[in-house]
Amino acid sequence: MSGTRDIVITQTILDAKNINAWFGSVHAIRDISLPVEKNTVTAMIGPSGCGKSTFLRCLNRLHEEVAGARVEGQVLLSGEDIYGPGTDPVAIRRKIGMVFQKPNPFPSMSIFNNVAVGLRLAGMGNKALLAETVEKSLKQAALWNEVKDKLKAPGTSLSGGQQQRLCVARALAVNPPVLLMDEPTSALDPISTAKIEELLIELKKEVTVVIVTHNMQQAARISDRTAFFLLGELIEYDDTSRLFTNPRDKRTEDYITGRFG
Amino acid sequence: MERAIDLEIQKLKERILLMGGYVEKAIEEATQALIDREPERFEKVHEYETIINRSHIEVDEACLRLLARQSPLAADLRLIVAVIKINTDLERMGDQAVNISHNGKRYLERPPLKPLIDLPRMSQEVRVMVRAALDAFVKRDSVMAADVLQRDDSVDALKHHIFQELIAYMGKDPTTIEQALNLILIARNLERLGDHATNIAEDVIFAVTGKDVRHGAHNPSRRVAKPSGKAKT
Repeated sequence: MSGTRDIVITQTILDAKNINAWFGSVHAIRDISLPVEKNTVTAMIGPSGCGKSTFLRCLNRLHEEVAGARVEGQVLLSGEDIYGPGTDPVAIRRKIGMVFQKPNPFPSMSIFNNVAVGLRLAGMGNKALLAETVEKSLKQAALWNEVKDKLKAPGTSLSGGQQQRLCVARALAVNPPVLLMDEPTSALDPISTAKIEELLIELKKEVTVVIVTHNMQQAARISDRTAFFLLGELIEYDDTSRLFTNPRDKRTEDYITGRFG
Repeated sequence: MERAIDLEIQKLKERILLMGGYVEKAIEEATQALIDREPERFEKVHEYETIINRSHIEVDEACLRLLARQSPLAADLRLIVAVIKINTDLERMGDQAVNISHNGKRYLERPPLKPLIDLPRMSQEVRVMVRAALDAFVKRDSVMAADVLQRDDSVDALKHHIFQELIAYMGKDPTTIEQALNLILIARNLERLGDHATNIAEDVIFAVTGKDVRHGAHNPSRRVAKPSGKAKT
């Protein structure tokens, strides 16, 4: 495998091993292995169609939800293969949460219920505990102060940036060790983007974040490690500061300096 | 593919080359005025320095604009960081040329102490270093830049020789002290110029390869032994 080189990973929380993925006959991800360090932000960059989002969706078994799609390889979450026999994909997605490009709060639900729904589905019936966890999640998502007086208002009444933080709170409510984010700020203005970025830097103390971004400056600002994908392959994976100042692969250099893509 | 930043970088390189050209001229004029004993020519050095100073500010502004507007990365980023540093070295080289002219003026107020042999050699060597460092910069040639680092040793050796010779003069005849000191200061100015050229070569190596070779990094045998350290003034 290309990529990992002399990068030092001390504590791997999520370990993708020899992942191959297909959409029908299209081989979209080609033998990618990528260990993710605990309590870090790992960014995945690359031109459109390079496979970074597909790879992200392999990390919590979302890829297989697409008709005709399949995955081979292993993804170990704290040593356990999420593709192992008998593993429940829904349980996996509770441990490996996901925030999408466009904020997608449940339209019929209040702010409170948007965050509480996952907890209720997981069997939490105690109202006091529920309220406490919702508050904690909204605080973690840096949204509490803005919504604490209108928890019953619809989630969709919030601004785009607030809605995205609501989605982060919803994902955090079930206390996942890993949070995947697929271009979470691409639909947001710079102020909302900055809030999400600050949030990520704060969040990584408790949660490991893997983020797909088209914005290289964003990757440079917030991530500890960066992986560069091209045509379904992992080209380079390194400490972010090194990858953006002195990439080793000519293709990485060409992409980040805007020579293609 | 031609990128917007390519044109800007090309302009920056041209400015740096032009500035380097004036630095070379300033060093040459300062030393030649001393050798030919024509103090009025020191004025020219001041004119060159004024041009260099103006360029210093313009290059910094251009770099700041590029950083703000293009958010350069990888080789582009290293190049702009190197230009910012090379710019500073070139400006200080202009100052050193002026220092030579000040010390030279004082020296020319009295009869010559001795024929000048090693000082012109030093000056020649330093100019070759500046030119080679900037050629290496434009050609993105780290091997050529590494050669400049080696050349600095001969400049240091010449300075050492000049110091020894002048100390002997002063020891034998105290009335030569003032003139000998003027020449020592000029040798010191030239040595500093060599250090600045070395800095530029190191920045070129960084821009091209991403390797930081300063302070003996990547080649401990070379730079550690040098007692005078890096050029600062």
